[in-house]
Formats: sequence, structure tokens, C-alpha cells
Amino acid sequence: MSILERTACQLLRDLEAGEISAVELATACIERISATDDRVGAFLRVDEKRALAQAAAVDAKRAKKQPVGKLAGLPIAVKDVLCDRGQLTTCASRMLADFRPPYDSTVVAKLNAADAVLLGRTNMDEFAMGGSTENSAFQTTHNPWDLDRTPGGSSGGSAAAVAASMVPLSIGTDTGGSIRQPAGLCGIVGMKPTYGRVSRYGLVAFASSLDQVGPMAHSVEDVALLLEAIAGHDPHDSTSLNEPVPAYSQSVNEPLTGLRIGVAREHFAAGLDAEVETAVRDAFKVYEKLGAKLVDISLPHGKHGVATYYVIAPSEASSNLARYDGAHYGYRTNEQEMLAELAAERKKLQAAGDQRGLDNLDTALVRMYRRTRAEGFGAEVKRRIMLGTYSLSAGYYDAYYLKALKVRRLIRQDFDRAFDEVDLIAGPITASPAFKLGEMTDDPLAMYLVDLYTVSANLAGIPGLCLPCGQTKSGLPIGLQLQAPILQEERLLRGARMFETAADWHNMRAPL
Amino acid sequence: MTEPYTTVIGLEVHVQLSTASKLFCGCSTRFGAEPNTQTCPVCIGLPGTLPVMNRRALELALKTAVALECEIPPYTKWDRKQYYYPDLPKGYQISQYDLPMSARGRLSISDPKDRFAPKTVRIIRAHLEEDAGKSLHDEAAGKGDSLIDLNRTGTPLLEIVSEPDLRSSLEASTFLKELRLLLTYIGVSDCNMQEGSLRVDANINLHIDTPKGKVATPIVEIKNMNSFRAVERALDYEAPRQYREWQETARVLGEAPKQTRGWDDVAGVTRAQRSKEESSDYRYFPDPDLVPVVFSAAQIDAAKASLGELPAALRSRLETEYGLPAYDADVIVNQGQPLVAYYRAVADACGDGKLASNWVTQDVLRVLKERDWSLETLVQQRGITSDWLADLINKTILGEFPRSQAKQIFDAKVRTVEINITMQIEITDSVGVVAQKIGISRVDDSELTELCRQLLAANPKVVADVLAGNSKAVSSLIGQAKKSNPNVDPNRVREVCLELINATH
Repeated sequence: MSILERTACQLLRDLEAGEISAVELATACIERISATDDRVGAFLRVDEKRALAQAAAVDAKRAKKQPVGKLAGLPIAVKDVLCDRGQLTTCASRMLADFRPPYDSTVVAKLNAADAVLLGRTNMDEFAMGGSTENSAFQTTHNPWDLDRTPGGSSGGSAAAVAASMVPLSIGTDTGGSIRQPAGLCGIVGMKPTYGRVSRYGLVAFASSLDQVGPMAHSVEDVALLLEAIAGHDPHDSTSLNEPVPAYSQSVNEPLTGLRIGVAREHFAAGLDAEVETAVRDAFKVYEKLGAKLVDISLPHGKHGVATYYVIAPSEASSNLARYDGAHYGYRTNEQEMLAELAAERKKLQAAGDQRGLDNLDTALVRMYRRTRAEGFGAEVKRRIMLGTYSLSAGYYDAYYLKALKVRRLIRQDFDRAFDEVDLIAGPITASPAFKLGEMTDDPLAMYLVDLYTVSANLAGIPGLCLPCGQTKSGLPIGLQLQAPILQEERLLRGARMFETAADWHNMRAPL
Repeated sequence: MTEPYTTVIGLEVHVQLSTASKLFCGCSTRFGAEPNTQTCPVCIGLPGTLPVMNRRALELALKTAVALECEIPPYTKWDRKQYYYPDLPKGYQISQYDLPMSARGRLSISDPKDRFAPKTVRIIRAHLEEDAGKSLHDEAAGKGDSLIDLNRTGTPLLEIVSEPDLRSSLEASTFLKELRLLLTYIGVSDCNMQEGSLRVDANINLHIDTPKGKVATPIVEIKNMNSFRAVERALDYEAPRQYREWQETARVLGEAPKQTRGWDDVAGVTRAQRSKEESSDYRYFPDPDLVPVVFSAAQIDAAKASLGELPAALRSRLETEYGLPAYDADVIVNQGQPLVAYYRAVADACGDGKLASNWVTQDVLRVLKERDWSLETLVQQRGITSDWLADLINKTILGEFPRSQAKQIFDAKVRTVEINITMQIEITDSVGVVAQKIGISRVDDSELTELCRQLLAANPKVVADVLAGNSKAVSSLIGQAKKSNPNVDPNRVREVCLELINATH
């Protein structure tokens, strides 16, 4: 087994023991990326120089027996949506193709402080909008288990990078399932923490009340370690929770006793793939063997989750993305062409004597906005901006946005009630394994329905985790989702780790 | 002449709060810095940045709200007001929509000259929001770029909206002056209109009595008024304009959309702004990046306790405790707290509130205005402390100097260091020393009596006129007396001459 197939925790032990150096590990990652990423397309950019410099600095610290951070020497890939001072941060959008933030996101700053080796930036759906990473303006990412299939999304690059053993750790973001779903489709572990557990400062916003940064890795232990490094209160984020961060990496190996696992009957309705259902039910059996009790529960409002999500998320997105207007930074339409276009239109209207048309003709500023946004954004982003703009418009606000907020409360109450009876909720992460690239690009609604099992956790603000629990006959990973009450990441990780050690799916590696 | 209509005015006032830093980031709010030097990723709305509420701004806003006697709801939140403009880098302004931090307050106004009856103007709401940046447009039409300065972006702004309770431009400007006074008294804003820390928009329409009953004209919002004078002029222009328009079109409220007109201060007219700029759907929704705020009773009490004595209370105190007429109390209080404190010290030390008021409102204010000085300059650089002035007033009460000479002493002291008669006046010079230096000394009674005796002897016609019943004839001797001794008190000359004539005849 190549060292890159080891888990991050194993690698950290190897680094601490001096069996490998951080530079050797980073070099191995860089070599693996150059050998495989032309087929996978996980990375938008790899910064070899910086990674090797960081790795060398960590090795030097260790050699001098200086204190090192929690992730000292571990290579990590970061989704291209978290600001990294002076480095490109594109959100896989033409709009921000040349954008270099002058400041660090809190998560990137914490990774640096933890002595992680920042290897590069991963592909994603543009502005994190999508579930297949096909909405990237720059490239397609392929599922390392089957290159014709999607890695999921929007954190598809981060999931594929880990699944292809290019890097042991990665950072994703999850607004409606964007960490958990690609983790499931790529056979790795991914976690969306409680809303507010990880700072959003420097995370380029998609839907502010739903966005959350989270860890992705081969094992639950690795995820616990990475979460510990990035979680915590941040005075720059008013919505971050001022609660102490437990030592997740210490407690993760303590099994839970008397565990009650909720199984929502709504999760096993029509549309669920038979192989997925079998794998998930087998996982339940593993838990029973471990002494857990399965409890039949109901999440009656979950069926409205996707509809609710696709009102709230686009509404917030329409507002958050208003700043990309070409005035201050980012993409701007070609001004000469724009002015020539306006002049031609004016001339035509004048010739036709169309005074009304002339009165309604855009000012240069308005035309600059229109063209910049029409050219700078991709189709899915524009679709969501339009959906959100509509939902927030006078006369529609009450019927859409306000109603969605009410349903959101009901969904949260479903979970509150369920967690009175159970410790964790378990179920499938997606209704089917990874679909073929291009399969759903013409059917946005079908694409939205992929989020069925994941959006509720975002709407309720609760933590959710996906870990591998099986494979289809054709060799595609199947994911198990676990959910826990607000701020119960520790319970979630310990419960997941119990299964992982018993089932051993996390040691499977993509046959790339 | 009374107009055939009632003017109905409501004001919308934006006040920049005097915080050291901006509403959602640590950038300075200082006015006048080089463009775009007081900005950071947060206030210029770079991707990924988040706002964090400035507690001091919240405190100042709360202080203002309680000073305006507003109700403070238990829960308030911030909303995004969305529109596109280059000086609004996020594409939305963080403001307050349906749950403002305060509502239903009031501010009383009156006119010491009684040109309108005292009234209480209702405040609809006061809410806390962020300011936008500034656009600087190249006036050369068709070419040239517009420049954006984002230094102002994110400055804390309190929007105060009045009910349409004002009935004239005078009431409107009085309201604004009273509001400005209140805000400067409680120290929440410098209210400098030139620097834009106080900005006013006015909503105005007319209620017209017609044979068929009362009708209202469509409401017009007037913008671009850069001084209280401009507010008065704009309203005085707009009211008759609306009346003429109504006479021409007969259009009433509801038949035309609310119009926005800009005040052109040079031309002295309001002009309609493009309708495209008016109609907008701001798509307000709660800002998910900020947490709602709940004010505790203790916070509200603390805000009330921090107010100090407000102008209205101070005016009545000056009237009752110092026996001042309403006019004097108004003049003193309207000058702000330093002058009130100065006045009270002078009045307390000399024991005559009205006399102290005369000196302060006439002589002191005249000097401050003529010389464009602050009270501090008068006190610290000229030594006209409250004690010094009280001493001067006392000496006039005791008859040591007539008022005319006291004024000379005051004026000489004002010119401390500047003049050099026989000796330069120094900051520390007492009233007596100044008098001495400018050659004023008290004339001895016997000396005065002897002088009068000589004058009467030399002017028998005056004596005869007085005896004939024309006591005013004595006045002709005053000039001669002063020529002989410039320090004599004219009133005393008159008195002594009459006494002598009456005693000898």
C-alpha cells in the first residue's frame, strides 16, 4: 500500500515517528497528482512551491523539537471558495477567475496555524451551486471509482482528491449537502458541522444561513482531527458559536454505549435504489451487533426540504452574489464593445423614431452590469439568482421566502422531536450511487432532487456526516448518513467511528 | 397673507453617529481623508467578508432613541436593502425594515418669537443602518469617468423619520435645529451638514380646501438640500409649485405616484428626478450574517441615565431658576452646553440672572460671532472667565462703573494682547487692572459735585430751563463734563446737577 493510501492519522503518526518527512509526503502527493489528475480533474491549481516550503518548515520545526500544530506536515486540499491571501480564489467562476483576496479566511488561517501543508485548490460547482461539479467554469471532475461518473458536488474536487489518494485531507463546504453527497459518491468520509461551529469568515458566501465549512478524509478519525483544527468561535463571524471545541480526535475512538439510532421511515420511500437500500440496512445490522437499538422515527416535513431549500438558498444567493457587478473587482464586460452595442441600438431607435425605446435604453452603467453578469456567471448560478430574486420580490415574498422560513422551522422541530427519542439518525446519503457525467445537465429539477436526504440538516443547522457503508456490484461506493443534534459533533464522530472500525469500508481505495 | 392651503411636511433625517470606527468593521470614520484610504475587505464588501456590529454605534443609537422618547421594542434585526449602485459595493445596504430598533417617539418645538404655536412632532421611527460610499461624477457630459470613494461606506447612520406633523418651512427648520441641538447635547453626532453628517430629505404635500371638501396633492420627496436654509427655501418653493400644479392638473393624492424632486440651490427650484430612479423594489430580507439584538431593561435604563439634561428641560430651568424670559433661555440653550455652563457660572457669581443673560447673549455672543471664536477662545486666550465677567457685572451693580464704561473694559479685555494703550492688556488682568490700563477710574463724589457746580455756574441758561420745568436741559452739560473728565458717569452728572439746582433754589 502506497503511503498515500494511509489515513491522515496514520500519516501523522509516521511523521511524528520520523518514518517519513513532510517534504517526502508532499512530494508523494505532488507526484500522485501529476500522475492521475489529468484523468480526475480534482485540482484547479497545485502550488508545489508553497507546499514544499511549508513542508520543509514543518520538518525543520520537528527537527528542532519545536512545538508543531495539530496537522503538522499533513497535506490538505482546499475547495476554491475559501479566501487565501494573495492567492487566486475563483469559486470556479469566470466572474472571479482573476480574484486574489487581500485577506485569509479564518479556516485557511487555522490550517496554516495548525502547520498543515496547503497543496492546492480543488474544483467545485460554480459558487458551490450544484451537485456534480459540472457547473465549474473551468473543468470537469471525474469520480475516481468510475471516470465516466460524477464525483458529486459541489465539493467534488475535494472529494475526488481524497478518493484518488492525491491528498489525505481536504476542506469542503456544505450548503445543502455539498460535503456529504460527494463524500458518499466518492466513498470517503465528509462532515457538515453544526451551523456556526466553523467560522464562515472568508468563505465566499452562497447561502449565508446554510453555508458551513467541513472536513473530508478517508476515515472518521481523520475527520475528527481536521474538525478539531478548524472549529471554534470567530469574532469576525457573528453567527459562529461561542462554545468550546471538544478534543474530537481524543474521544473519537470511544464507542457509545446504549446508542439509540433513529431510522426515518420517510428515508426509505419510492425512488431509493435497491443496492443502496440493502447497503444501508446492512449498516443498521452492524450497529445492532454493536449493541445499538434501532428506533423507527418520522421526519414528516422532510419531504418539503428540497422545495424549502430551493427558495431560501437562491434568495440568499441572489443577494450575496449582487456584489459581482463588474464595478470594483472580478470580471467586467468589454467596455468598448458594450459602448458600441449601446450606440448601435440608440442609432437604430433614432432611425425608427422610437422615443419610448430611447427612453428605456440602458444607461452605460446598467448595460455594464447586465453584460458583466450575463457573461461572468454560468447558467446554474443565473438560474438561482433569478429564482431568488423572484422569491424576494414585492408581492411574492410572503408566498415564497416567508413561507419557506416557516417550513424550515417545522423541519427543525421534526429533528428536535426525533432527538428526544434517539441519539443519532441514520439513513442513505443519496437515493442512488454516482450518476454518469452529463446525465442530468439538462434536467435541473432532477439534479435538485439529488439533495433530498441532505438539505434538511442544513435547514435545521444540525451536524451531518457521511461515511462509506458498501459498494454496488459495479464497484461504486455507497454512503451512510448520520445526523446528530446541534453541537453534538462528538457523539456523531464516535457513533460513526464505531461503525467504521466494525465494517472497514474506509480502507477501500479507488482503483485508479 | 394666508395661503389657500395647508402645507404638510414630514422629514427624514440621516445622522452619522460619532463612533471612532465603522458600523461593521474597524475602519476609521474620520472625515476628509484621501479617497479609499479608510477601507478594508469588510466595508468594501469583498467576497467572504462578514459584518460584525459595532457596539458603540448600537449604544449611541439607543441613546438617541431614548432622547427622542421612542419606544424600544424587545427585539430588533437588520435587513438587506438591495439595489445596484457603484458606491454600494455589496449590492445591498444593511438597514432595518420591519422591526426597527425604536419607534413612536417625539420632539417638541416652539418659536420664541411666537410665529407658530408650540407643538410636539411625532417621530415614526429611528433605525440604525450603514452609509453608502460617494460617487464623484465627471460633470463633462458624455465623457470622463465616475470615481468612487468608499471611505464613507459602512459609517453608522441613524435614520430618523418624523410624522408629517410640520406645517411650514419655519416649523421644519425649527424641528431640524432642535433635533441637531438634542443630538449634539447628548453627544451622538457632530451634525455637521457640510461634511454630510446630517442630511435631510423632506416629504411635502398640500391640503387644499375646495367647495367640494378637502383634497390632498400628491406627495413629493425633496432631496439634495445641503443646509437648513436650503430646506426652508426648497419647501417655500415647493408648496406654491404644488398649488399651481394642482390648479393646472387637478391631480390629487393617489392619482400620481410619489415623485422625487431635487433641490437646485443655485437656481432656487426643485426639479423632477428621472422616474427610473424612483421606482424600485428593494427586496428587503433579514441579513443572515447578523444576529438579532435584544435590548435589556438595564441597557435602556443606562442609556436614559447617560442623557444628562436635555435642551427643553434646560430652557425651563433657566426660566424658573434664573428668572429669564423664554427668549433669553432659548438663545442661551441653543448655543449648546458650554455656553449654558458659562452663563450659569456668571449668573450664580453675580446673582443677577437677567443682567448676566444680557451680557452673555449680547456682548459675549456678539464677540464670538464677529470674531468667529469658540467660547473656549474667549475664556482661555482672553481671560474672560465666568468669574471675570461676573466681577465686571458686579461692579456695574455696585455703581463702580456705568454700563458704557463696563463695555469699554469688556471690549478692551477682548482685545487682550492685541492693543497697547498705555500698557498691554494681559490675560490675567482683573477688571480693575483693565479699567486702570485704559484710563477708567472711579470719580470721587466730591470731585463730581465740584465739577457740576462749576458747570452750573458757567451755564445759567440751563439752570433757568430746569427751573422752568425742563429737566432734560441738563443733558447739554454731560458732554462738557465728559470733556473735563472722561471718567464721569453721565447718569451721575445728571443726578448731581439736578440735586444741586433743586437744593439751591
